Amino acid sequence: MIDVNVFVGAYPWRRLPGTSPEAVLAALERVGVLEGWVTHLPSLFWKDPAEGNRWLYQTCERFPPFLPVPVVHPGLPRWEHDLTEAVGRGVPAVRCDPGFLGLAPAGPEVTRLIQAAGDAGVPIQAAVRLEDIRGRHPLDVAPELTPAAVRSWVRSHPRTRFIITHAEREFIEQVHFGATPEEADRIWWDISWIWGPPEDHLAALLATMGGGRFLFGSGQPLRLAETPLARLDLLDLAPEDLRAILTDNATTLASRKSTAS
Amino acid sequence: MLVDVHAHFYHDRGPRIDWRERNAARLAAGERIGITWHVSSILGSWGRTSPTYFPSPEDLTYGNERQRALQRSHPDRIRCYVTVNPNFTAHALAEIARGAADGSVGLKLAASRRADDPLLDPVIEAAQARGLPILHHIWQHRRREWPGQEASDAVELCRLAARHPGAHFILAHIGGGGDWLHSLRVLRGHPNVQVDLSGSGVDGGMLEACVDAVGAERLLWGADATLCTGWAKLRYLERLLSQADLELVRWRNAARVFPPGSFA
Repeated sequence: MIDVNVFVGAYPWRRLPGTSPEAVLAALERVGVLEGWVTHLPSLFWKDPAEGNRWLYQTCERFPPFLPVPVVHPGLPRWEHDLTEAVGRGVPAVRCDPGFLGLAPAGPEVTRLIQAAGDAGVPIQAAVRLEDIRGRHPLDVAPELTPAAVRSWVRSHPRTRFIITHAEREFIEQVHFGATPEEADRIWWDISWIWGPPEDHLAALLATMGGGRFLFGSGQPLRLAETPLARLDLLDLAPEDLRAILTDNATTLASRKSTAS
Repeated sequence: MLVDVHAHFYHDRGPRIDWRERNAARLAAGERIGITWHVSSILGSWGRTSPTYFPSPEDLTYGNERQRALQRSHPDRIRCYVTVNPNFTAHALAEIARGAADGSVGLKLAASRRADDPLLDPVIEAAQARGLPILHHIWQHRRREWPGQEASDAVELCRLAARHPGAHFILAHIGGGGDWLHSLRVLRGHPNVQVDLSGSGVDGGMLEACVDAVGAERLLWGADATLCTGWAKLRYLERLLSQADLELVRWRNAARVFPPGSFA
C-alpha cells in the first residue's frame, strides 16, 4: 500500500500529536502502508519552503518507506533550482499549494511551475484544503483550491500531471467532467475526503470515472490514517480494482515520465 | 455491542429520489462495521416541504412516524429519537409523549431555536420525565450565524444542561464541523453532557483531546452522515483505549444514558 498524502512536522494552528518521522512511520505501519509520499508540513507555511525540503530529503534517507514530496514555491528567486533538485532526486511529485504560498492559483508564477514540471515529467501535488474550513483558526485564511483553478492548470500544459488531495465528490466531478478525456487522464485524486456510505460518494465516483484516477491517501497526521482504508473496506471492489487504488495507480504515476519527455 | 447514537434515515416525502438506497446503504454498512443499534432520527421532510433545521409540525409528525415504522421493520437494529421543533411547544410535547409511548428512546433537537432559549425548558422537562436523553445538533464554536439553521454551540447547550442537571444531553457530532477544541473546553464542567464522536471530521488529535477533556465515560460512538469516518475513529480508538474504556464508548455509556432496556 502507498499513501500519497502524508506529512511530517508540526502544524502551526493547533497541537497535533504524532508528527515526528518515527510517529508517522508507526502510523503507516499501523494501517499496513509500506510507502508514504511525505511533505514537510511546516514548509507549507514558511517563507522559504526550501529550508524544510533539505530536512525532508535527509529524513527520507533515514526512513526508507518515505518518499519526499518537496514544496516548490514558484514565486521565489531560483525556484527552478528547487525543481531541478527535486527531479534529480527522483521524487514522485513536487508540491505547490498556492493558497498557503500566497500565490494566485492561476497566476503567472504557478503557471510557470506547471509548464516546467510538465517539461521535467514530474507531477504536481496540491491539496484542496488541509482542514475543514469551519474549524480552522481565525487567522488561517488561506483560500481553498477551486475546481476552476484545477481546470485551468490541466489546460496550461499538455503533459503536466497532477495529484489533487483532500477533494470531495462535487469538486472532483466538476473537474473531471469539465475536462477533455485527455486532460482528465492527467489528474489523480486521493480518497482522503470522499465520503463512503450511506452517501456512497466514493462508490459513485468509481462507477462513473473508473478506478484508474484514484489514489490511496490519508492526509495523516492531520487526519486519521485509518480513514481511507475504512472507506475501501466498505466497498466490494474486485481485487484488481482495490490493488489499483492501494498501489498500482501510484506506482504507475511515479514511474511514468511525461509522454513527451 | 456497538451503538451508533447518531444515525439518520430518509423517507418517501423527502427530496431524495434515492432514499431507499441510502437507508439500505446505512444498514448494509452497519452490518459490515458491526453496528448493533442505529439510534436514528428523521428531520421532518429533510427540506422538501419545510427547512431541515426548521421543520414544520406536520413534517415532524410524518418523519417521526416513518422513523418508528423503520424501528418496527428492523426491531433488532433500529432505535428512534423523536424529533421536535421547540417553537411549537404544544406539538413538541405531544410528539414526545406519542414517541415515548411508541418506543422512541431519545429526543432529537436540531437547530430550530438556540439551545439556551427558555422555550426549550418544557421540552427538556418532558424528555427527562420519560428518561429520554437529548441529542442536540451543535455547531462547534459558532462564531457567526450560519444560513439555514439557528445553530447552537457548546456554551449554549451547557447553559441548558446546567438548568436541567438531571437530564442527559448529547452534544452532537464533535467531528461535524467547527472548532471542537472550543467545545471540549466548555464541556469539562458539565457532567450531564456526553460527547457524540460522529461527523465526517477525522482530525488527528481530536480523539485524544476528547478523552483528555471528558474521559471515556462521557464519549458515545456515532457516525452521522459518514459511516466510513465513524469506522476509522472506532479503529483508532481500539488502539488508543483500554478494552474496558473501549466498551464504554462502543455501548456501555449509551446503555447508561438511554432508557433501560433500549438495546435489549
